[in-house]
Amino acid sequence: MALRKVKGNLERMFDKNLTDLVRGIRNNKETESKYISQCMEEIKTELRQDNLAVKANAVAKLTYLQMLGYDISWAGFNIIEVMSSPKFTYKRIGYLSASQCFHQDTEVLMLTTNMIRKDLNSHNMYDSGTALTGLACFISGDLARDLANDVMTLLTSTKPYLRKKAVLLLYKVFLKFPEALRPAFPRLKEKLEDPDPGVQSAAVNVICELARKNPKNYLSLAPVFFKLMTSSTNNWMLIKIIKLFGALTPLEPRLGKKLIEPLTNLIHSTSAMSLLYECINTVIAVLISISSGMPNHNASIQLCVQKLRILIEDSDQNLKYLGLLAMSKILKTHPKSVQAHKDLVLQCLDDKDESIRLRALDLLYGMVTKKTVMEIVRRLMTHMDRAEGTMYRDELLQKIILICSQNNFQYITNFEWYVSVLVELCRMEGTQHGGLIASQLMDVAIRVVAVREFTVGQMALLLDNAHVIVGPAAARSSIAEVLYAAAWICGEFSQLLANPKATLESMVRGKVVSLPGHIQAIYVHNMLKLYAHIIATAEEEDDSEMIEEVTNLLLERLPVFVSSGDLEVQERASCIVHIVTYVQKCHKHGDKVGADLALLMTGELNPVAPKAQKKVPLPDGLDLDAWINDPPSESEEEEDDALEKEIFVKADSSYKHRKEKYEPSEEELQKLRDARRAEQASNPYYVKSSALSSPRPNHNSIQVDEIPVTAIDLNVSLKIPGMTSLDKYQVVDGWQDGGKKRHKKQKKRSKRKGQVSSSSEEEINRMHVVNTDIGEMPEGAHLSDDYEIDDRPEDDPHRALDINLDEPLSPNEVLPTRTHYEAHAQRKIESNNEAKLIPSEIPLKMKTRNKKERKEKKEKTKKVKKEEKKVKKKPSRDANLILDLIDPLKETVISDKVPVAANHINGIADAKNKEKSKSKKTKTKKEKKAKKEKDRDKPEKKLKKNEKEIDTLSRNRDEYEETNGTVTQEVEEKLAVPEPQPYSRLLAEDSHIRIVYSTAAMDGVMSEILVCIKFISQSSKPISKLQLILPDSSALKMIRTPGKLVFETGYRLFPPKEMGMAVFQRKQRQPDPQSELVNLPWSLDPGESKETQLSFTAEDVTIPHKLRGSLSYIQDGSSSSSDISLRLEFPVTTFLSGKTASRATFTDLLSSGQLSARSSFTLPNCPWSFPEVLEELTLGGSLAVVECVDQTASLYGRSLHGHHVCLLVKYQASHHLTIDGKSTEGILLSNALDHLKTTLMQKQ
Amino acid sequence: MIKAILVFNNHGKPRLTKFYQYFNEEMQQQIIKETFQLVSKRDDNVCNFLEGGSLIGGADYKLIYRHYATLYFVFCVDSSESELGILDLIQVFVETLDKCFENVCELDLIFHVDKVHYILNELVMGGMVLETNMTEIITRIEDQNKLEKQEAGLAAAPARAVSAVKNMNLPQQIKDIKLPDLPAAIKDLKF
Repeated sequence: MALRKVKGNLERMFDKNLTDLVRGIRNNKETESKYISQCMEEIKTELRQDNLAVKANAVAKLTYLQMLGYDISWAGFNIIEVMSSPKFTYKRIGYLSASQCFHQDTEVLMLTTNMIRKDLNSHNMYDSGTALTGLACFISGDLARDLANDVMTLLTSTKPYLRKKAVLLLYKVFLKFPEALRPAFPRLKEKLEDPDPGVQSAAVNVICELARKNPKNYLSLAPVFFKLMTSSTNNWMLIKIIKLFGALTPLEPRLGKKLIEPLTNLIHSTSAMSLLYECINTVIAVLISISSGMPNHNASIQLCVQKLRILIEDSDQNLKYLGLLAMSKILKTHPKSVQAHKDLVLQCLDDKDESIRLRALDLLYGMVTKKTVMEIVRRLMTHMDRAEGTMYRDELLQKIILICSQNNFQYITNFEWYVSVLVELCRMEGTQHGGLIASQLMDVAIRVVAVREFTVGQMALLLDNAHVIVGPAAARSSIAEVLYAAAWICGEFSQLLANPKATLESMVRGKVVSLPGHIQAIYVHNMLKLYAHIIATAEEEDDSEMIEEVTNLLLERLPVFVSSGDLEVQERASCIVHIVTYVQKCHKHGDKVGADLALLMTGELNPVAPKAQKKVPLPDGLDLDAWINDPPSESEEEEDDALEKEIFVKADSSYKHRKEKYEPSEEELQKLRDARRAEQASNPYYVKSSALSSPRPNHNSIQVDEIPVTAIDLNVSLKIPGMTSLDKYQVVDGWQDGGKKRHKKQKKRSKRKGQVSSSSEEEINRMHVVNTDIGEMPEGAHLSDDYEIDDRPEDDPHRALDINLDEPLSPNEVLPTRTHYEAHAQRKIESNNEAKLIPSEIPLKMKTRNKKERKEKKEKTKKVKKEEKKVKKKPSRDANLILDLIDPLKETVISDKVPVAANHINGIADAKNKEKSKSKKTKTKKEKKAKKEKDRDKPEKKLKKNEKEIDTLSRNRDEYEETNGTVTQEVEEKLAVPEPQPYSRLLAEDSHIRIVYSTAAMDGVMSEILVCIKFISQSSKPISKLQLILPDSSALKMIRTPGKLVFETGYRLFPPKEMGMAVFQRKQRQPDPQSELVNLPWSLDPGESKETQLSFTAEDVTIPHKLRGSLSYIQDGSSSSSDISLRLEFPVTTFLSGKTASRATFTDLLSSGQLSARSSFTLPNCPWSFPEVLEELTLGGSLAVVECVDQTASLYGRSLHGHHVCLLVKYQASHHLTIDGKSTEGILLSNALDHLKTTLMQKQ
Repeated sequence: MIKAILVFNNHGKPRLTKFYQYFNEEMQQQIIKETFQLVSKRDDNVCNFLEGGSLIGGADYKLIYRHYATLYFVFCVDSSESELGILDLIQVFVETLDKCFENVCELDLIFHVDKVHYILNELVMGGMVLETNMTEIITRIEDQNKLEKQEAGLAAAPARAVSAVKNMNLPQQIKDIKLPDLPAAIKDLKF
């Protein structure tokens, strides 16, 4: 057996590993697929072996192949096998592979629930970490539901690494299992105040992500975020928060007003470009939401525009791009401010970077005025000639049209010019915007009556030169669409044509048949219109020659269309052929039919409101869903099918037939059809509907309806459906004077003025006036009554997350816990009781987490029963509290009065660790707990306690029983630990200025202290030219210029060693590397205060340091500068940070024996109360409270060089204070205690 | 949210692909191809942002990329991410790789794609930024590597020997492909 194993190991060595596979692929470049399929076979045999190492190797290879595009989902089961390996190495391979190829619909995932749960709860932090990471990639609805509880448990882990990951994973859990959001939210909210900055940042990240999609549910969090924003220095997080505010402000303008000030401060102070940019963005969002009623919002706008100009002028293309992007947002609400920078934007049009040119184009759109439009369009046209690449050219073309057509042609004064521009644009080769140009032409022709004649003339020319437009290059473009417009305009307004006959000729000849079907159809139809016009005029003039000529021309050319492949064309053509034949017949008899013929096409076009169709009321008694006939039975359906087929075949054959030869043998059939068509042709409504439904040929023309002509303006939707009809022409232009029903036969609205132009710019005389009516609406309908539509796609998971989070949780809103079958019954009783809410009757039931625990529990039944009795006796007032205790999950949610401080939980999570450490203290603990129980029985004290922060322990009850015997109440009371505030000390003061400073050890950045110096003006005059002189001492140095060039990139401000989080640190200035001089670039106005930050490193953190220096400044009005000498003190506690404190690490430390140094001191007559002492220690001494019971507390701090300091503070009623200290470093400890002692004594 | 992270070389060969939204393999390859075409035709001195391709994203998404010597690092992100922040994140990623592989070059990514994944997993989790502090990231990675070494123990020694022998045959020409030093490309950017 052993031999076999050795042999297996040896063989294994010669298996291909990942490196061999990669190498093999690289060596077989020509036969790659063959090589890989060979490898796949090998992998398959490897996967069949029992050895997990071999399997892991195979899975690793598969993961690589997946990247190359090979499907590896068939190995799903093997991947799970590898994931379940006890070895971290293999587990990691398995999870990586799973995260690459599994997704929420992978079926094998349902096998993984228990395995993943085991991994999440593993003792090895990295096992859980790997599982969390993997889960984030492939979590499914089932997994989310089953594991939500385990993820929640990890939120209280002692390890920030796991907390951080669990917080992020929560977001994915919410997406897949929205029910979890409400029960989990309070816990998530707590994480916003987690002691670890990474966890904090993760929580911000998750909430921002949630709030972005459903902002209104998160408005109540605004104060929390506001506090974070003003206190945090983590730029990465600040950016997220500021972005979130950008999403919240539109919903709550008051918030915006509050934001403006801190944001502008940030804009002034930060030098992090990323932060600056986001601040500007949010300020813009705020200004948009409160566009009026702000006293000095003009100043903010100016500031933004100014800063953006700096960005745009920067040589960095990235900043330039972003600057333009943000500028376009301002443009929407404050065009005037942006217009001042026209020069800059036009300059950007010449940039070599296409993205920047496109952004500049966007901006240009809003900068147009009546005066500048011609100039700008001219420039764009020249750009277009020069531009290479159709994509950019198309973009230019679209922009030109958008610029001109915005707001119902607000800026166009001379429409003849605009029509010429459009005609000019037709010459563009290979454009995709033919449809856009066409709709513009039609729009102008219809709505600007004054320029109609000119347009018609131009269009006739266009038709005459159709061959130029539709050249050989037209195949891939949609430019032919303009012919559609041209034909329609010439036909519709044929009375304005100079020479109708010539136009008719140009329409008939040429390669019309090569055009797309819908254009041919329009051609054919408008031939009839032209014909009717010509006949009518010719009859008046008795020009029979002309009549005959034209009639013959049509009869000669129309058969080509009759045999067209396009049904629409065919139908119209054959209809017209018969009309023309009929007219010819009439003329032979000498009858005048011109007037009758023209009647077919008379009538003014009326605009129809955009939503008119939707608003047509449903007549009473009409049920659109009811069957008109009885629903067909299945057999009938079959018959229908057969029938359909037959029809299809028949139609097909007849169609072919006709195509080959147009024979009179079909006359009978044809007659029937024609009769029907003639009838339809005389019905204007019919033509319209058929035009609409005419199948568009599949060339990639842009559907006219989809062109976002005025998508920019919210009120005005201006779209022109390119279709013809006699009576019902839709001009869709909505004006908000809505709701009035217009009468149909209203003619000539040319006298109406566009409301847009009623502004001051009206002085510029408009040569032509645009018809801008609201259009026809059904009676009683209003244009404005919109339906609020959720535009998110149906399957967007965020829809389900639109949940009100402020509502208190109801008792049944808990995360599903794992319960066993027998436990289920128990739960029912429990919930019944909850429902009844008769607290005195509630038996204390426990939730069992798994079978083992349950067994244990049975062993302890006696104890439990005792507990139950106790509980029953308790007064009803406690009921809520007890309920909380019953379900570990509800502890944080039921009562709002019980906010659980995150760090408290942290300390308690690992019960096993605690067992060890507590063994000593058990006795005292028992006493205390007993005391507490007594307390609880006293109602008046109870009330007090509710007001205090009460921490309810969520651990398993069983564990508690092990440690504490009969204790039932897992309630520990804690004093509110004050929020760490910058603890300022006075640095210097004179009659003009007061300087305070605070220090902070930078967490994660080794041996660095951040000193925040605040200058407060006490003078009545501005103070300027502030200059700090701080020479380094031997042991303390100010951090100056960054080291290597490598890191001096991007938008980061800090030197390399502070990578990462510190990258985004806010910092106001860089100290001058050459000297100890620090010039402060700002001045202080009277009463103003400003801050600056300096970073220092210390070589030795075990002894206190001092730094002497001076500050010079000039007070306005006085010629000489004043000097104050400064003394920066760095007591050893400066170098301590309590951020990593947790009870588990604390007890580990104490029991490990590392803390060799001991020291203590006593203050017999301490005048301060216990909370005040604690405050002094946590704020002044930078220590963190790990545990605090009654008047005893343990504190922890870690120096920048990794020394641990643990303190035990005892406070007796007689103002007797004892502080015992243990540390890994004796000097540090004694110095720290000395300092604390002096400060505590000084306080007296 | 980050939708995808792609690393490919100047010829469009994928070196690392991480999709935080499911696409099947075929689609993934198409996305890589499209992204490569979009990115590769851009000069080095134009901006690093690109309004996304048609396959991945939509209006809300952007491609943010950096080009280092022979490799493109492309992040596809939505509007909740700060553009400049992501650029910095890419830089953190590359510098972490540089630390972990000691002068990272394309070859490291080719032969140790798994390790690169593990490193990335410490930066980004399920499309959300997990950690940006390089010291922290490197500590975590080293811890895990230590764990792996402990597990391997003696058993892995012969395997390592074999792979060392295999490595000697490494064709010379691959060794010559090296990432030129990062600073040259970037040093003219400063803020």
